[in-house]
Amino acid sequence: MRRNKWFTWLAMLLAAVLVFAGCGKSKESAGSGSDKPSAQDTLVYGRGGDSVSLDPATVTDGESLKVTKNIFDTLLDYNDNDTSVKPALATEWTISEDGLTYTFKLRQGVKFHDGTDFNAEAVVFNFERWANGNADTFPYYGSMFGGYKNDESHVIKEVKALDDYTVQFVLKRPQAPFLKNIAMPPFAIASPTAVEKYGDKFGEHPVGTGPFVFKEWKRNERIVLEKNKDYWEEGYPKLNQVIFVSIPDNSARLNALLKGEIDIMEDLNPTDLKQVEGNKEFQIFKRPSMNVAYVGLTATRGPLKNKLVRQALNYAVDKQAIIDAFYAGQAEPAKNPMPPSIPGYNDAIQDYPFDLEKAKQLLAEAGYPNGFEIELWAMPVPRPYMPDGQKIAEAIQANFAKIGVKAKIVSYEWATYLDKLAKGEADAFLLGWTGDNGDADNFLYALLDKDSIGSNNYTYFSNDELHNILVEAQTISDENKRNELYKQAQEIIKEEAPWIPLVHSTPLLAGKANIQGFHPHPTGSDKFTKVEFK
Amino acid sequence: MLPYTVKRVLMIIPVLFGMSLVVFFMIRAIPGNPAQVILGQKATKEAVAALTHKLGLDEPWYVQYVKYIGGLLRGDLGESIRTGAPIAEEIWPYLAATIELSLVAMIIAVIIGVNAGIISAWFQNSWFDYIAMVLALLGVSMPIFWLGLMEQWLFSIQLDWLPTSGREDVRNPIEPITHLYLIDTLLSGNTEQFWQAIQHLVLPSVALATIPMAIIARMTRSSMLEVMKSDYIRTARAKGLSMFWVVYKHSLKNAIIPVLTVIGLQTGLLLGGAILTETIFSWPGIGRYIYDAIGYRDYPVIQSGILIIAAIFIFINLIVDLLYAAIDPRIKYN
Repeated sequence: MRRNKWFTWLAMLLAAVLVFAGCGKSKESAGSGSDKPSAQDTLVYGRGGDSVSLDPATVTDGESLKVTKNIFDTLLDYNDNDTSVKPALATEWTISEDGLTYTFKLRQGVKFHDGTDFNAEAVVFNFERWANGNADTFPYYGSMFGGYKNDESHVIKEVKALDDYTVQFVLKRPQAPFLKNIAMPPFAIASPTAVEKYGDKFGEHPVGTGPFVFKEWKRNERIVLEKNKDYWEEGYPKLNQVIFVSIPDNSARLNALLKGEIDIMEDLNPTDLKQVEGNKEFQIFKRPSMNVAYVGLTATRGPLKNKLVRQALNYAVDKQAIIDAFYAGQAEPAKNPMPPSIPGYNDAIQDYPFDLEKAKQLLAEAGYPNGFEIELWAMPVPRPYMPDGQKIAEAIQANFAKIGVKAKIVSYEWATYLDKLAKGEADAFLLGWTGDNGDADNFLYALLDKDSIGSNNYTYFSNDELHNILVEAQTISDENKRNELYKQAQEIIKEEAPWIPLVHSTPLLAGKANIQGFHPHPTGSDKFTKVEFK
Repeated sequence: MLPYTVKRVLMIIPVLFGMSLVVFFMIRAIPGNPAQVILGQKATKEAVAALTHKLGLDEPWYVQYVKYIGGLLRGDLGESIRTGAPIAEEIWPYLAATIELSLVAMIIAVIIGVNAGIISAWFQNSWFDYIAMVLALLGVSMPIFWLGLMEQWLFSIQLDWLPTSGREDVRNPIEPITHLYLIDTLLSGNTEQFWQAIQHLVLPSVALATIPMAIIARMTRSSMLEVMKSDYIRTARAKGLSMFWVVYKHSLKNAIIPVLTVIGLQTGLLLGGAILTETIFSWPGIGRYIYDAIGYRDYPVIQSGILIIAAIFIFINLIVDLLYAAIDPRIKYN
């Protein structure tokens, strides 16, 4: 009578499940009290995705770098609220007159987490390692320093240890953002012993000098870091442990915060802002904006070839209405392709006002008095600069309709979307960009120079005058002259209108009210050295 | 029955082979170069070209396919393009997480679904019947995504009964042994963590169970109604046997066969629902593993992941077919 057994089994299971559920409940309420000890020393940081590798030099994704930022130190670091540099592993530095020699004095008595001494040799080892790599192994190195060891365009001629605690960089030609580049998380100094020991597996066994020591990584779940008791910054870090957990859905992540399972969450939907703001147990953190969201107008397609048409579309978009509706006011209208926090920002530029009459007039002038039809591509994924691509596209569609431009909204899965954009298949499209190092070059050259067509210049906008200015700016080390050039560049871009710059958004984070010392950095990578619970 | 079983097991080979071929070409038909996706929006053209070459993605498709199949025959599922980790080593924790979740969901769905169906049939056209069938209809049409968030809102945040997401409390993590946490916590004798594991299972498994539960309830009901019309049941009822006796002793044996088919199919389909459930509840299972891999065009992970799921699906169907014979002696396989 096996059938009987089967049902006995099921009945027992049912009973067991009910008992478990019941017990679980009382257990939970008992446990939630002990979950919150008086002095909390573990910070659980909730984010949308997992890291790719914990060897910062090998990755380009923000999720990896925001973890490595806490395991490793760089020679220089960014100041709390912007991308100006301050000492870190290097305590002071001198730059030669010709801008070709940088000499760094290093911090003494610092040890890597594995006990290896930090010194000039370690710095040389790391730079040699990257320079001997290629675009596949160390992608950021090549793009920030003009290539690799044997490349003609490679900026760094040599890196040498003058003594134990002095290291010198000799450049082939001046590079204006050199110090800012050095401060980027990918160029963090790793323990040479550990790099040699783990080889290809270093990304799973990261060893640096940072405030936290790597302990455990369960892919797609969590990364656990523990306090570095011998950290060089006296009295820091405050926390005993930092745990990064991945919760992909923004709403589910908010639920986890409200329940107390995580202490800080990234990417709060602007529409959820009110829910957290009204709650005394939580606080909102605003990440200073270093991004831009835009409508790209592919300059090689149909009516968009005509400058007047692109200008007309610029007049037709009501940016403030978009900000009120979809960003909960947490954004400012953009008039340039880069945010105001970046040196070289041209504040003298007057944005195209929202003026439908002017737009219609320009269309008529361009030969399209009755408008035309285009495709408008909507981003399929939320990004801090674009919380809801579909809805924003609909708003823009309605704006365009008022001047007779019929936009059909199209969307593809994210990887496909970028792939097709890179091939220039879109008419008008939504996209955005978050800066890496706070340099104008990282916006203007990367996004709008003719050299960048096929990679990040998705509008296929090509302008020789702009190109000459941007290339010149890359090699000048005088900040003021450089900024002048970038201001000129923004004038050209404004006039040619390959984009409708939409907004610079303020990415929102939410956290427990008793968190102190957390200052979200514009780059998106935060160091938790000074964070503590009250 | 042994020859039949052997034949069925051997059939799995060509089916999986065909499956591998279909998956291999379908994922390559999706636009998007893995190298570009992995290196990100900011990568240079040279970097993309270099990675494409390193990954062997610039080779002709048949070379890639032959290499892939060759690896499979040696038990090598390939390496993840994104993380470089060997899939065979990496996949079990994800698979275990999904198996645990799906099993619990299926147990809930079967127990509640079958019993609700039986009671509805027995008390046909009663208030219970109406309510159960309306709920079943709702259950089938409820988006898991929405249901999951509502569950979190109600049971975690408003009532504070259950955790919102994950498999464990990250501040008090479970030490994996088999990666089936209910078993692991029992093995280590840690009852506190055992409760923790159960609590984490409740919301996602209920969300995942909703659709199969509703379908099983409806199937059981109609199947039971059919059987209850037959003479021998009427006789049994006329003899004044209790409901429990009539149903569980006499009717269910005959009514369960179509229900079993549905259970088998639903268990397979559960794996599809698992992707959404795992995303909402950040459950680190195979559904999310493959879903992420699709986003990154991580071909080896997608191929091998889907192949494993297909194998499980085929295996479940095999078991269902064999169960028919075990339950109903009239069914004979030759």
